[in-house]
Amino acid sequence: MTEAIATLRGRFDPSRHGALLALVVIVLFNLAVTPNFFQAQTLFVNISQVATIAIVAMGMTLVIATGGIDLSVGAIMALSGALAPLIFLSDFATANPGLGLAAAIVVPILVALCCGVFNGVLVSVLGVQPIVATLIFFISGRGLAQVLTNGNLQTFTHPSFSYLGTGKVLGLPFQGWLVLLIAVVLFWVVTRSVFGRQLLAVGGNERAARLSGIPVHRVKIGAYVICGGLSGLAGLIVVAINSASDAARIGNLMELDAIAAAVVGGTLLQGGRAPIFGAVLGAVIIQLVKYTLLANGIADEVALIAKAGIIIAAVYLQQARKE
Amino acid sequence: MLDNTAFDLRRYLRGGGHSFGVWVALVAMILFGLMRYENFGGAYNISSFLNYNAMFIVISVGMCFVILTGGIDLSVGSVAAFTSVVAAYLSPYGIQVALPGAVLAGLAIGGVNALFVVVLRIPPFIATLATMLGAKGGALVISGAQTISIDWGSNFTKLGMEKAFDLLPWTIVITAVVVVALWIVLERTSLGRTVLAVGGGEDASTMMGLDVNRAKVFVYMLSGACGGLAGVFLASGFGAGQPLEGVGWELSAIASVVVGGTLLTGGMGSVGATVAGALLLGLVFNILNFENGRGVISLSAYWQMVIRGGFLFAVILLQSHLASRSKGATQ
Repeated sequence: MTEAIATLRGRFDPSRHGALLALVVIVLFNLAVTPNFFQAQTLFVNISQVATIAIVAMGMTLVIATGGIDLSVGAIMALSGALAPLIFLSDFATANPGLGLAAAIVVPILVALCCGVFNGVLVSVLGVQPIVATLIFFISGRGLAQVLTNGNLQTFTHPSFSYLGTGKVLGLPFQGWLVLLIAVVLFWVVTRSVFGRQLLAVGGNERAARLSGIPVHRVKIGAYVICGGLSGLAGLIVVAINSASDAARIGNLMELDAIAAAVVGGTLLQGGRAPIFGAVLGAVIIQLVKYTLLANGIADEVALIAKAGIIIAAVYLQQARKE
Repeated sequence: MLDNTAFDLRRYLRGGGHSFGVWVALVAMILFGLMRYENFGGAYNISSFLNYNAMFIVISVGMCFVILTGGIDLSVGSVAAFTSVVAAYLSPYGIQVALPGAVLAGLAIGGVNALFVVVLRIPPFIATLATMLGAKGGALVISGAQTISIDWGSNFTKLGMEKAFDLLPWTIVITAVVVVALWIVLERTSLGRTVLAVGGGEDASTMMGLDVNRAKVFVYMLSGACGGLAGVFLASGFGAGQPLEGVGWELSAIASVVVGGTLLTGGMGSVGATVAGALLLGLVFNILNFENGRGVISLSAYWQMVIRGGFLFAVILLQSHLASRSKGATQ
């Protein structure tokens, strides 16, 4: 018995398993305290809310794994979220519903991918620091979205587009399955593909990676492009959930949630590690903390302070382990 | 030792080359404004322009110090929001209490940042991100998410409205004093030299026996105090504590510092160029407003954000061009 505990303790690594432990604690706490926690409705609400955080956090994880950061994810969400209704409410789309719907999904994501290319080229080819490079879209992306919509709230009823945010597959929200699919694909990419190996190598030691012939520029651009594309997708989901698009609000402060989720999930800020399922776990924790506080009548502003505490604790544990 | 000073000097001159551009751009923009708009050089425009931009100048200068050490402070906007509420609550006791009180509150939050960064060794980006959230939450908690009106009967209102020596509003005078004082600290004191050295190479500085931790504690507390002063200006300018303000200010401040030619890796940059950077970003808006006023173009507030981002992009391109050229020159 003591032996078993000893091996358990030997295997316990706060930066890897701390998040899992935290999740268990939060769930147990909720079961004991929060009224109506153990219900299907609660599960649906949390899954549909956590999906956007998880999707962006996975992209952020890839970027952080290269030693970078992407502040522009929220602004890219706003841009793609503003574009989609503009497209499917246009005359062209009302004339060709099928084509219009496809364009309303494909075009915003293409634009988001282009934003990612822009970020990646600045960071890799021009050597601009990631914070500064992604600051450009952070500032102007949302402005661009507001220019496009003239700052108006766009509301709509479009059942097929709203499926992205309100549809159900096998009784669970569509976007939850989407998260699972993306996580599995990215997990495969990180652990099995050449790109994934190169990504981790670049984050682990950029100079060594370059000297060993890894196309560092291309790998970095790839990470920012994936992050941009996923942000674009998340923007579409937010709009689909709300059946409304407000460029000022879509993805507001998402960069913070995504960074927090990635860090809580065990991503090292120095790069070199990309725990995809960790990011999903981190997103779930962030969402559950929000929900717990909200469901127990604690104000939003206190939730902010709680989030700050989680981030500090997670990073402190990482640092402590390293030293 | 000789070698070391020579290296420093060369780097310093290169830094001067970087900030040279911002002064040229600033002069060009002012000349453009003076020639194009009748009232651009008028006392009212100058005074209201500086009055509004005082808070951005103050936080940019504080940010400059943090960035010089190779760190970053994302909490300044939230600190300003928090301290504007503190200042509003203290305003019945007069400016002599409200101003130091708010600055002390900012200093305390800066102290928390310093604790996280220096003692707990948390990366500055994350540490100040956390205090950003914490201070924002704190501002909303103490204000009940309401704007807190200042006491109009107290002398707190003098700050933004009354002119010092019948010339300029007090906010501008205070800002000027702070800027000059910090310029002296950076350029003329050993603490300032240590700040620059830490950014140039932290390990090397430690080995040379410089007190790296003291310099770091200083810059984060300074940045917090600057945020506190900006909060006072915010409260006096709007006549109320604004718990919801300050969103994105940290990024404007970073942009000002970067436009001023300071590299984010630290080690070189100057207070003067940072002020020039802040003025330049402010002038972009000022000139756009004049253009809107002439009715030639009509740009919404949304366009201003796009243009600001584009402007930052242009400056970054220029900087990276200059940096690669100076690298080529030294090789």
